[in-house]
Amino acid sequence: MGLNCDGGGKIEKRLSTLSVGESGVVARIEGDGSLKRRILDMGLVPGTLVRIERKAPLNDPVSIWFRGYELSLRVEEANAVLLRPAGCAGCAGGCK
Amino acid sequence: MAFTVALTGNPNTGKTSLFNALTGSSQHVGNWPGVTVERKEGRFRSPEGDVTVVDLPGIYSLGAASLDEQIAANYLLRSRPDLAIVVADASNLERSLYLAVQMLETGIPLVLALNMMDTTAEKGIVIDREKLSALLGVPVVPTVARNREGIDDLKGQVLAELRETTFPPASFSLPYGERLTPLLDEMEAFLRGKGEIISGLPLRTAAVKFTEGDPDILAAAEKAGLREGLESILAVAGKEAEESIGYDLQTAVIERRWGFVSGVTAEAVQRDLSLKARLSISDKIDRVVTSRSLGLPIFFLLTWGMFRFTYALGDPLVELLEQLFERLGERAGELLAGAGLPDILASFLQDGIIGGVGSVVVFFPHIFLLFTFMAILEDSGYMARGAFVMDRLMHMMGLHGKSFIPMLMGFGCTVPAMMGTRILERPRDRMITLLVLPFMSCSARLPVFVLFSGVFFGSWAGSAVFSLYVLGIVVAILSAKLLGSTLFKGESSQLVMELPPYHLPSPGMVLRHAWERGFLFLKKAGTFILFAVIVVWALASFPWGVEYGSSGSLIGQIGQAVAPLFAPAGFGFWQAGVALFFGFLAKEVVLGTLGALLGAGEAGLAGGLAALFTPLSAYAFLVMTLLYVPCAAAVAAFKRETNSWKWTFFMIGYTTAVAYLGAVLVYQGGRLLGLG
Repeated sequence: MGLNCDGGGKIEKRLSTLSVGESGVVARIEGDGSLKRRILDMGLVPGTLVRIERKAPLNDPVSIWFRGYELSLRVEEANAVLLRPAGCAGCAGGCK
Repeated sequence: MAFTVALTGNPNTGKTSLFNALTGSSQHVGNWPGVTVERKEGRFRSPEGDVTVVDLPGIYSLGAASLDEQIAANYLLRSRPDLAIVVADASNLERSLYLAVQMLETGIPLVLALNMMDTTAEKGIVIDREKLSALLGVPVVPTVARNREGIDDLKGQVLAELRETTFPPASFSLPYGERLTPLLDEMEAFLRGKGEIISGLPLRTAAVKFTEGDPDILAAAEKAGLREGLESILAVAGKEAEESIGYDLQTAVIERRWGFVSGVTAEAVQRDLSLKARLSISDKIDRVVTSRSLGLPIFFLLTWGMFRFTYALGDPLVELLEQLFERLGERAGELLAGAGLPDILASFLQDGIIGGVGSVVVFFPHIFLLFTFMAILEDSGYMARGAFVMDRLMHMMGLHGKSFIPMLMGFGCTVPAMMGTRILERPRDRMITLLVLPFMSCSARLPVFVLFSGVFFGSWAGSAVFSLYVLGIVVAILSAKLLGSTLFKGESSQLVMELPPYHLPSPGMVLRHAWERGFLFLKKAGTFILFAVIVVWALASFPWGVEYGSSGSLIGQIGQAVAPLFAPAGFGFWQAGVALFFGFLAKEVVLGTLGALLGAGEAGLAGGLAALFTPLSAYAFLVMTLLYVPCAAAVAAFKRETNSWKWTFFMIGYTTAVAYLGAVLVYQGGRLLGLG
C-alpha cells in the first residue's frame, strides 16, 4: 500500500516500501555519514517530490525520478529516505 | 603570465569532451598525490600566456563524501586555481547548478559552460542566459563540446575573466534563510576575530561548511584550533536553529542550497515542470533493458558479445605481433652472433629486450578493443543500466554491479580486466575487484589445463577443465566476501548512481579513449614488465654457460631449493618450481618450460609428465597454476591501477598463499580419500 492522506498526511513511509509508479515527498533522511550526505547532495532534500520509476529485475536496486533526472539506490540505501504523501490538504507540495 | 584553470562538472555532462576540445592533444595524465584517481592536465596558448587546464574528477558536490569529491575540494580550496570552469548539462541544469553554487561559495572566479545546448530544444527547455548570469553573478557560455561549438567563446570568456574579473569573486552569498542566517553570522563573526580555517576560503563559506559537517573543514578547524569555539556556538545557536527548522543542521544547509538552486532554475529556465517531462526514448529503452524478464538476459548477451568480440578480433592481432617479435628476435640474434658479438649479449637482446618489449606490446589489441566497447557502453548510458540490473547479484558477493564487466573480462586476460576496474568509482569496490580478479581463469591458463587434463583425466578432461574455472570463480567470491568483511570493513559500498539519458556515443571520443588507455598501459606498465622479463632471463641464463633454465642455472638452483616446499602439494620436484616461476612471465609458459626441462619439447610432453605427476598431484598443480600470482603484466597493471607497492605485494602474497593452500588441500584431501 502506498502513501495516502490518512492521518493528515503526516504518516511517513520508507522509500524502499513504495511500488513502481507511486510518489511522495521527502520528509527526512535518516542516519549520518557519507551515505546521508550523498543522498542529500543528489537533491533528495525535505520537500522534494519523488516518484518510483522502476525496480531492477531482482527488486533491488530501485530507481527514482525527481528534479528532472533518474537516480538508482540500493534498497538498503532507500531505507534511509522517509517520504510523506504528496498533495494532501494543508501541506501541498510537501509538509515541512 | 601563466594561468591555472580548474575544470569541474557533474559526471555525464560532457566534461571530457570539453576538456579535449579546450586542450587538444597537449595532455598529460598522472595521478593525484597518493591516490589512484587519474589526474589529467592540458594547456592552451593565448596572447596573455599559457593557460593550464586541470581536469578535476566528475562530481556532484564538494561535500567530501567520496574520494573524488575530496580530491576536487582539496584542490580547489588549497591550490586555489586562478579560475574554475563549471560544466553544466544544459538539459539538466538544476543538478549542475548545485555544484556551481558550491563552487561560487569557494570564492574562486567562475565561468559557467552550458554544455549540450543542442539537446535542450528537443526537450522543450529554454534557458535565459542573461538572467542566469545575473542571478549567479558569473559569465555563462553556451557550448556543444562534442561538435567543438562555443569553445572559442569559452576560451575568450575565460581569458577575459583572467585579465580582469568582471564579476567580483567572494561577493556571492547564498541566502540560507532566516533560521540559519543568525547562526552563520555568529560563526562568521567568531572566525573574523580568530582567522581563516583554510587560507583564502571566505569565512562565511567556512562557517557554512562547518555547520553542514564537512569532514575536511572539521579537520582543518581542529588543526587551526578553532573547532571547539565553533562547536560551542553550534551547541547553543545551532541547537536552537535545529529545533525551529525541525531537522538537523546538515539537512537544513543542504536543503536551503537546493532551495536557492531551484529558485534560480525556475527563474532562468522555462520547461515543462511536470514529472512526466522526460525524454521518452530513454524511457522506452529502459522499459526493455531494465525489465524483469529481459533486463538480465540483455545484459548477459551484451557483455558476452563484448567478451567475444574483444578476443575474436584481438587474438589474431596478438598472434601477428607475437610472430613479428619472435622473428625479429631470431633475426637480431643471428645478426648479432654473425657480427661476432658475445653470445651473452645476443641472448640478452633476443630473449631479454626484444622478447620483453614483445610481451608488453601484445597486450595493446585487447586493451584497445575492450576500452572501445566499454567506452561505448559508458558513453551511451548503458553501463549504469548494467550496474542497475546486476547490482543485487554482485552485491551479494561483496562486489558492485559494475564489477561484473571486469570480472567477465578476466576470463580473457587479467590485464585489460584490471584496467577495466576504472568504471568503479569507489576505491573500496575497485580494490576488492582488483584483488579477486587474478582468480578468474584467464585464457593463458587454458592450454596448461587442457594439456594436463588430456594426459591425466582421459574422458573426464572436459569436466576437469570446467571444474578449475568454477573453482576460480568460487575462490574469487569467497575472497571478495572475506576482504569486504575484514580489510575493507570500515568502508561501506554505495550505489546511489545516476541513470543518465541515453545518447549516441561519439566515435572520436570512444577511439581516443581506447587509444589513450592502450598507450598509457604500454608506457606505464611496460617498464615493469620489461624489467621482470630481464630478471627472469638473467636467472635462467646465469651462471653463464649453463643451458638456459637448466638445473645448473640460478633458477634451477632456486627450483631445487624450493622443491621441498611443494612436496605437501604433491609436486616436490624442481622442474615444477621452475615451471611455475617461468609462469610469472605468462602462464602458458608453464607448459613450454616443462617441455624444455623434461627434454621432450612441448610435443613429447605428455610422456614426461606422466612420469612425474599422478592424476592427483597433476590436479593440485593445476590448482596452483590457476590461483597463484598472475603474470608479470597483470602485476604491472595492478600496480598501475592501485598506484601502491604495498597493495601490489599484498596481492602477490595473498594469491600465492591461497594457491599454495588450495594445492595442498587438494593433494592431502585427495590422499585421505584414497585418490593418491
